[in-house]
Amino acid sequence: MEYLEFELPIKELEDQLTKCKVIGEESDVDVSETCKQIEKKLAVAQKEIYKNLSPWQRVQLSRHPDRPYTLDHIRAICGDTFLELHGDRSFKDDKAMIGGLGKIGDQSFMFIGQQKGFNTKTRQYRNFGMANPEGYRKALRLMKSAEKFGIPVVTLLDTPGAYPGLEAEERGQGEAIARNILEMTRLKVPIITIIIGEGASGGALGIGVGDRVYMLENTWYSVISPESCSSILWRSWEYKEQAAEALKLTAADMKKQKLIDGIIKEPLGGAHRDREKTFKSVSDTIVKCYDELKNLSPKDLVSQRMDKYAQMGVYKD
Amino acid sequence: MSWFKRKTKGITTTTEEKKDTPKGLWYKSPTGKIVDTEELEKNYYVSPEDGYHVRIGSREYFEILFDDNKFKELDANLESKDPLKFEDTKKYPDRLKAAQKKTKLKDAVRCAVGKSKGKELVVACMDFAFIGGSMGSVVGEKIARAADYALKNKLPLMVISKSGGARMMEAAFSLMQLAKTSVKLAQLADAQLPYISLCTDPTTGGTTASFAMLGDINIAEPGALIGFAGPRIVRDTTGKELPEGFQTSEFLLEHGFLDFITLRKELKDKVNKYLDLILNQPLRK
Repeated sequence: MEYLEFELPIKELEDQLTKCKVIGEESDVDVSETCKQIEKKLAVAQKEIYKNLSPWQRVQLSRHPDRPYTLDHIRAICGDTFLELHGDRSFKDDKAMIGGLGKIGDQSFMFIGQQKGFNTKTRQYRNFGMANPEGYRKALRLMKSAEKFGIPVVTLLDTPGAYPGLEAEERGQGEAIARNILEMTRLKVPIITIIIGEGASGGALGIGVGDRVYMLENTWYSVISPESCSSILWRSWEYKEQAAEALKLTAADMKKQKLIDGIIKEPLGGAHRDREKTFKSVSDTIVKCYDELKNLSPKDLVSQRMDKYAQMGVYKD
Repeated sequence: MSWFKRKTKGITTTTEEKKDTPKGLWYKSPTGKIVDTEELEKNYYVSPEDGYHVRIGSREYFEILFDDNKFKELDANLESKDPLKFEDTKKYPDRLKAAQKKTKLKDAVRCAVGKSKGKELVVACMDFAFIGGSMGSVVGEKIARAADYALKNKLPLMVISKSGGARMMEAAFSLMQLAKTSVKLAQLADAQLPYISLCTDPTTGGTTASFAMLGDINIAEPGALIGFAGPRIVRDTTGKELPEGFQTSEFLLEHGFLDFITLRKELKDKVNKYLDLILNQPLRK
């Protein structure tokens, strides 16, 4: 288990507890009272730290190296029913964007999401979850295929941004994202979007136009990352914490701004602390959203989705 | 020596009456060519010697596109609010006020309807001078309403992009304008109304990831910077030297993302020619 800086007091207590238990097992000393005391302290410390997370700490949790990624969610939710599908049919298969069909109960879903790696090798393989244009085009191909057969779409968002590379620009990163956003506004099947990690700007929205949009509790979603915002507006990388604060990018903020539909609670300490519980919550949310949407006619579905996005924005008339 | 003596005291010639006085306003193009501003204006704000297309705003584009510079501005009074109470080194409302004072504009886009070669056209034109032409709620809403006007009156829509991207001070609200404007473009498409996207210098970030790349035709002025990530970010991320002409109009045309590049003086003719052709109408002279 890896710990973030603000989690160090928790790590200390957890280490103490482990040691205490070891002593109890290996010697005749009765440690039950001491263990209980540490457990109590630990519970208090956890409550104190995790109940008052700053926006920047939530950003850190959203990038926690142990955090479950897109394929972890899909495999846990769909089990053996998941069938991964590859390629954009014109250039290549983007490893940073995955997709495929799977079942929840009796219902098939088309799953699409950015994929991060869990160690240096796989992180490179997945390009750190930063998709190229072919990734967005692969996503669109899968959505269109789902539409053809009336299969609802689930998108899982977790990206530090679309890849800002030379070749990505040559192949039209902007056009690929723009096309996806437009086509998603009028796709004739339900789209359920869940931000499971980082929701960075157009790279996230490129698969994120949904009838229902939910955020896991410790994720962020905004127009720019706090680091880049800091470097542009403050002209220094040092102001990321202020930037995270100013951007109002947490799930609670986004709900307050009415830009998302709901928040999925995470286990205390973050999604990685109890992965099974997290997967269950995500799966339940998908099912709940689908139940709300499945009886709408394609026409109503699209017009409701369009109205929802047409209303976003705050201005003086 | 009476001709040395003044008959009346002081200088009485008014500035307007003076002949051949320098106006003190010259424009220097990036290649170093010097142009008199009046001459520049007559030449569609294009430097005559090197063909450099000077950055201009909605006022100039409307003048170029609408017959006799006659048009009706749409939703002219829409203004930004500060939904997030955003503050970096400056408070957002202060930034807005300063920008309004400096540019005499309300926000980074102006929309208008008027006759272009005798037929009505809806034009939304961004102003880079206003906080880098950044797109926040007002830009999104005004473009959406311009599209609504086109839908209601069955008119073609043209959007002139000139923007650094989404406006950070409205954070996720700005991001959602990508979806909002796309909704309207989808409705225009379903109504079979033509949408022309003109990319001018610069068109980057959120605008490229939405309406700038979604035209029935995407066109551009020569030499404009057009891209998703800015060149500095691309260089910093990849650590590679950028090739000559990277992310220019010509680069995008070569890679298949533009239908054509047009000189500013041919803009009005070409836009209307396309509209006549795609709508199967007789070509206007």
